[in-house]
Amino acid sequence: MDIIVCIKRVPQTAEAKVEIESSGKDIVKDRLTFDMNESDMYALEEAVLLKEKFGGTIIAISLSCSDAEDTLRIALAKGADTAIRIKAEDFDELDGYKTAQLLSAVIKDIHFDVIFTGCIATDDAYSQIGATLAELLGIPHATLLTNIEVIDSISHVHRELEGGLQEHIEISIPALFTIQTGINVPRYASLIAIRRAAGKEIKLVGQNEISKDQLLLNTQIEELFIPPVAKQVKIITGSPGEVSKELAGIIREKGLI
Amino acid sequence: MSEIFMLIEHRQDAIRDISYEMMTCGRALAEKLNTKLTAVFLGYDADKLVESIRDQAHRIMVVNNEVFKEFNAESYQIALAEIIKKENPLLTLIGHTAFGMDLCPALGTQLGIPFTTDCLDVEIIDGKLIATRQMYDGKLNAKIRFRKNPSYLVSLRTGCFPVRDSNIESEIVNIESPISAEPDYRKFVEYIEAAISDVDITKADVVVGVGRGIKKKENLALIEDFASTIGGVVACSRPIVDAEWLPKDRQVGSSGKTVKPKLYIALGISGAFQHVVGMKNSGTIIAINKDQNAPIFNEADYGIVDDLFRVLPTFKNSIIEMKSK
Ligand SMILES: Cc1cc2nc3c(=O)[nH]c(=O)nc-3n(C[C@H](O)[C@H](O)[C@H](O)COP(=O)(O)OP(=O)(O)OC[C@H]3O[C@@H](n4cnc5c(N)ncnc54)[C@H](O)[C@@H]3O)c2cc1C
Repeated sequence: MDIIVCIKRVPQTAEAKVEIESSGKDIVKDRLTFDMNESDMYALEEAVLLKEKFGGTIIAISLSCSDAEDTLRIALAKGADTAIRIKAEDFDELDGYKTAQLLSAVIKDIHFDVIFTGCIATDDAYSQIGATLAELLGIPHATLLTNIEVIDSISHVHRELEGGLQEHIEISIPALFTIQTGINVPRYASLIAIRRAAGKEIKLVGQNEISKDQLLLNTQIEELFIPPVAKQVKIITGSPGEVSKELAGIIREKGLI
Repeated sequence: MSEIFMLIEHRQDAIRDISYEMMTCGRALAEKLNTKLTAVFLGYDADKLVESIRDQAHRIMVVNNEVFKEFNAESYQIALAEIIKKENPLLTLIGHTAFGMDLCPALGTQLGIPFTTDCLDVEIIDGKLIATRQMYDGKLNAKIRFRKNPSYLVSLRTGCFPVRDSNIESEIVNIESPISAEPDYRKFVEYIEAAISDVDITKADVVVGVGRGIKKKENLALIEDFASTIGGVVACSRPIVDAEWLPKDRQVGSSGKTVKPKLYIALGISGAFQHVVGMKNSGTIIAINKDQNAPIFNEADYGIVDDLFRVLPTFKNSIIEMKSK
């Protein structure tokens, strides 16, 4: 089973201060830490599990700047056989659609049975690369996978719907699947594997290989801004002892317990 | 034609809330642009469902065929592509739901029309479509503009358009289905219902929700102890379930449960949209988070900006003291 996994390196913003850069269209990145996108880690693990079962190869591919080669090396250390970086620096502004076109331009010449992507990138949060890429490649897809089993050339997959409900569907392969977190337990890379991956070559693809003429942007960011406040929170300040007393007072007064 | 179209989402014999939200949004847009809203209904033997939305859109286009009994993104895509190509609406709305995520990007790509996903708002200003989206863990919003085109497609986030009443007399138009069987490359098999749980977090008056901020599974003991002091149950955000620290039936949010306790205490939860939809209607919300910019503080009534492990011991003591008085 030949598998392609699309991987993105994203800023870790859940606990960090996010500031808007002077253009108003991007964020200040130099003080943020970066890591592999969360659902991509699960996508990679799912690829490794399938490879362990059926054999074959895994190609990790990322449209990104050179910093992301570290992320691709992690993918190599965890079980990818080869890694490709599409040079983001060659292609100016990107949106989900253009990203999918670039991925498709490279993937269309590679043999694969299954493509995995994460179900969402936590930075721009589009959830559109997977289904767009599948359409560009002319293959079926399913998003938000919580389980996959391949029997002959039929994949039996569970998709997550809302409220704990799932659906079981059958899709013929080759196909593309976007992976939801929790589908497996991603492994850690061993130190030896990390050391071995450090020496591996990462294949680069850029504007010499992909023509820029046909590339289209669907959307552009006009401006970033701080979300309006839905509800005015009362922030209680003081030592832990003080805030705790105040909270207990509120709970009592409102009869909450 | 510069009409607004929207796709009705329904499942297991019920129209889903997002459909009413999209129709509310669509009617407002149509009114502003002096045009009409068309609701597209793909389904089977669903007169009752169509009847229930009869007053919601100027026109309801019904494609009645057994193939649409259950949602199948590929069947839906084939039918919608035909309809959009023929009718050429200015804007088509789809829900940014599990169904819409499967459908919208592929449909937009097939049609070659500009699209985007997970929009909180859409406006048309001087004939130009502007969408508002959320990025970076909900910490920033973005205004998005589109490549110029006669027709656009966007998916709307749930819960962004408070449903308004409507009393339009809808014109019902029946359309022949372009397909009569699911494509052979994708078949719906069955729904898998959530497992029945032993602790029902939806019934509790006090819910203590924990997120990735609790750091380690071992710290759950501390939380359980606090929850029993305050007389509540422990629930959680998704990463806690993904890591298998708590079972799925404790998860609050869009892919978990919706809770409305008297008191919800969020501990180390950032307040991602998918979590917040599951708890924002709680009576009182207290959030403890060390990041003062965490989006959870946009939903909470009371907030403590601190390390939860510093606050929890004294909070527990204050509750014990309060109860003894
Ligand atoms: C289709 C889909 C469905 C989803 N469904 C759900 C769902 O149903 N429910 C759900 O919850 N999520 C869901 N998610 C995931 C969601 O997007 C978020 O990733 C998730 O809610 C984040 O969980 P969290 O807040 O625990 O973690 P994080 O976002 O990582 O936040 C951790 C927080 O803890 C704080 N913190 C860290 N240490 C401390 C400390 N010592 N003291 C105090 N605070 C601390 C940090 O400041 C941060 O705000 C879904 C995602 C997708 C794509």
